[in-house]
Amino acid sequence: MADKAMGFDDVVGRLRSGMTIGIGGWGSRRKPMALVRAILRSDLDDLTVVSYGGPDVGMLCAAGKVRRLVFAFVSLDSIPLEPHFRNARESGSIECTELDEGMVLLGLQAAAWRVPFLPSRVGLGSDLFRVNPELRTVRSPYPSRDLEGVDGEELVAVPALALDAALCHLNRADARGNAQFLGPDPYFDDLMLEAADAGYVSCERIVDTSELAREGCVHTLRVNRLFVDGVVEAPNGAHPTSCDPDYGRDEAFQKDYAASGKNAEAWEGFRAEWLDLDEAAYQEQLARR
Amino acid sequence: MTSSRATRAEVCAAAVADCFGGDGETLANPIGTIPMVGGRLARATTEPDLMMTDGEAALIADHEAFAWPDGPTVEAWNPYRRMFDVVWSGRRHVMMGATQVDRYGNQNIGALGPDPRRPQVALLGFRGAPGNTINDTTSYWVPNHSPKVFVAEVDLVCGIGYDRAAALGPVAARFHETRRVVSNLGVFDFETPDHHMRLRSVHPGVTVDEVVAVTGFELARPDEVPESRSPSEDELRLLREVIDPEGRREREVPDPG
Repeated sequence: MADKAMGFDDVVGRLRSGMTIGIGGWGSRRKPMALVRAILRSDLDDLTVVSYGGPDVGMLCAAGKVRRLVFAFVSLDSIPLEPHFRNARESGSIECTELDEGMVLLGLQAAAWRVPFLPSRVGLGSDLFRVNPELRTVRSPYPSRDLEGVDGEELVAVPALALDAALCHLNRADARGNAQFLGPDPYFDDLMLEAADAGYVSCERIVDTSELAREGCVHTLRVNRLFVDGVVEAPNGAHPTSCDPDYGRDEAFQKDYAASGKNAEAWEGFRAEWLDLDEAAYQEQLARR
Repeated sequence: MTSSRATRAEVCAAAVADCFGGDGETLANPIGTIPMVGGRLARATTEPDLMMTDGEAALIADHEAFAWPDGPTVEAWNPYRRMFDVVWSGRRHVMMGATQVDRYGNQNIGALGPDPRRPQVALLGFRGAPGNTINDTTSYWVPNHSPKVFVAEVDLVCGIGYDRAAALGPVAARFHETRRVVSNLGVFDFETPDHHMRLRSVHPGVTVDEVVAVTGFELARPDEVPESRSPSEDELRLLREVIDPEGRREREVPDPG
């Protein structure tokens, strides 16, 4: 029986510079921040990052880890605009593939189902075609149901977003890779894992498989071990983002983080204080804060 | 209290409520304080079948905007992913914000400057604007009307307006409708032959010249521009006592006095 429990460095050791990495969560909610911090400590770079973006994106951009960002938005929720993401875009330090947030879903789903694209109306007429010259449309081979005599409707061919690896943080998991969300929203974590060649889940607590059904109803068992290659126990591992119902967002910390987007000196200060230390030291320092 | 004059924010809320008129059993998705208040007002008065979110993963059956003394009444689970099922099936009317909105109703929330790939000012991103506007009715809320917001042409088309819809043709754009723009100064629609933005009404205390002076393009307008309606006594009571007793609406759009 496969035991997939591992440490942060084991996950980082399986990643390579230049990879395309999907990051779960949404905005500043249930982000795999402990895994992101492990990447920040590593010498990985040149990454393509796919994310419903929050501070994961901001920190990776600020640390120079990102070559290309695939996104529909990046936000800290209670702070609408992510300062490091803005800096990276305005300075031109990253390349961008911009999408509608529904296209991100379709792209992940296409990759998960191993088809090269999924059709959608989303994006027609918008400047997504101006900023993504490689985006293509496709003509339907079928008549349109709601329009008499219309054949060959043109739709956007939303390209598959195949990931080399996906990183997600869930509330509970077992050591075999089954994982559970206990908050109100699964976000897109299961799709991220299914779209990836390798999936890594951090969780608040690793429990026995038999415990999972006691923690929440069967609908919360959204991630199964077919799509997971490694499990890391990371208590408070989504900090400073929310991880309902285990804890909410650390708004005070997030404010300090956002202030580090002011200039290079502020970022270096934040980095030295909070990111140039291992996860255990980070959590200890946080507990003293 | 309810007999006093309506504030500017309350006029805006009534104008927002009117945007949802006739929508029936639709997911009304007003984003922003006054849109939320106005959407709840519509549901509490003329549009009882509207569905609305709690801003997280649930649809809430209660009319109150922000406070549920006994907890909200959840009527459906609606995580983020589920919203696409609603939007792509054409069952939503969203009221979004707009960093820029132009004369044909194109909206920009992504980037400012001539080259969006190297923005002078990076904003949020396209978010869901392309999908919202090609699939559903969309309205916009602008709490601070200025020529920087109401521009002749947006720098980046996130939400598509009527010129883009016309270029797509009647098949691709058959679900597109940009219904209204509500600002702190007036109400705007696209009910003109070429769907050029029209001044529909000015809020009480605002002149047409004031609106023209802070709009970066020529507005279509009738010979006589009507005044936006003030909420009824019953609506004022709902706004002040039930929907927004804390007066959040007044902080978003302060009353000019």
